[in-house]
Amino acid sequence: MNTLEFTAVVGFGALLAGFLGALTGLGGGVVVVPLLTVAFGVDIHYAIGAALVSVIATSSGAAAAYVREGYSNVRVGMFLEIATTIGALVGTALVLHLRVSIISIIFGVVLLYSAYASLTEHEHSGGNTGPDRTATWLRMDSTYPTPNGLESYHVRGVPQGFLLMFVAGVLSGLLGIGSGAVKVLAMDKAMKLPFKVSTTTSNFMIGVTAAAGAGVYLRRGYIDPGLAMPVMLGVLAGSLIGARVLARAKVRVLRLVFSSVIAVLALEMIYNGLK
Amino acid sequence: MRDQTEQRMDEIMGRLLRTGVILAAAFVLAGGVVFLVRHPEPVTNYRVFQGEPEELRTVSGIFHEALALRGRGLIQLGLLILIATPIARVAFSVVAFLYQRDWTYVVVTLIVLGLLVYSLFGGGG
Repeated sequence: MNTLEFTAVVGFGALLAGFLGALTGLGGGVVVVPLLTVAFGVDIHYAIGAALVSVIATSSGAAAAYVREGYSNVRVGMFLEIATTIGALVGTALVLHLRVSIISIIFGVVLLYSAYASLTEHEHSGGNTGPDRTATWLRMDSTYPTPNGLESYHVRGVPQGFLLMFVAGVLSGLLGIGSGAVKVLAMDKAMKLPFKVSTTTSNFMIGVTAAAGAGVYLRRGYIDPGLAMPVMLGVLAGSLIGARVLARAKVRVLRLVFSSVIAVLALEMIYNGLK
Repeated sequence: MRDQTEQRMDEIMGRLLRTGVILAAAFVLAGGVVFLVRHPEPVTNYRVFQGEPEELRTVSGIFHEALALRGRGLIQLGLLILIATPIARVAFSVVAFLYQRDWTYVVVTLIVLGLLVYSLFGGGG
């Protein structure tokens, strides 16, 4: 295969990964890593390098649209970014000490969990409870737009959220992914943020977390321009198309099919790691 | 509570993010064309990790390569712009919180900014 053919094939694969990532809500990065390692036999260091830069692209692109709608909570996001960026730096350090097979297994498990989490319906986190001392001190309580006008909400569980965000950061730096599933878990379940607020704030944070990991990856030589070019452009284009389709069509069945495909990829990664 | 200033800040932030991504994609695409035209030889072996050469790993090296209009250098510059986009967003937030005299969050955003700058320029390599 010459360079042009390789670029075209990888670019098309990345486009598909970005599309699946957007439809399932998993994000393009988490789909593109197994694609590169399992289907193209790319070394995992190059794969996570290329994936992490594409994560920044999709997150920043989506956040550009979200921030103006007034859903994302900038204070919550900024405060938790301390945890995710420290976590990301720890994660990038772990890459140096863990064997490729172990990283592969951890990736598979995280991917399986994410696919499962994206399929289960999000129940609304009960009636909003009263104010919380830490959150009040940090002035995190805010409002968000609903069909009945602005509604105010209280933020809770700041320490638990902070801890889960640290874990999300470690996974992001270790695996080259956005860890959106863990971020939403932290804000949805632990901090009791309204669903739309937690998903948009999570998206808003993914870019910053990924930038912390990508800075280290770049200096370590994980980011290869010849590979990152088709991956970044492909995932970005794919996720833009995916977002369009998502806005128009009911995709429940499609999601189920795609999540199954992703689960197979995850099992393949675990199997390769165990071999 | 959200007020007029906050809304205005959000709008600027949205524009900043979009510009960063478009600019980055443009550089990556341009660099990609140069790279593909000049490198018709068999594909690099990605099965074995070798790491990138010095000039594609440091900020100064990348600028040097990009100014020489080398394909790989231009792609890396695009990726560097992409990495810089969220960093610029955090830097902008520092200013926004300063403007609101929200000292707690000035400190919070400065910590995040410091960690990001550290990741790109020092340590952990």
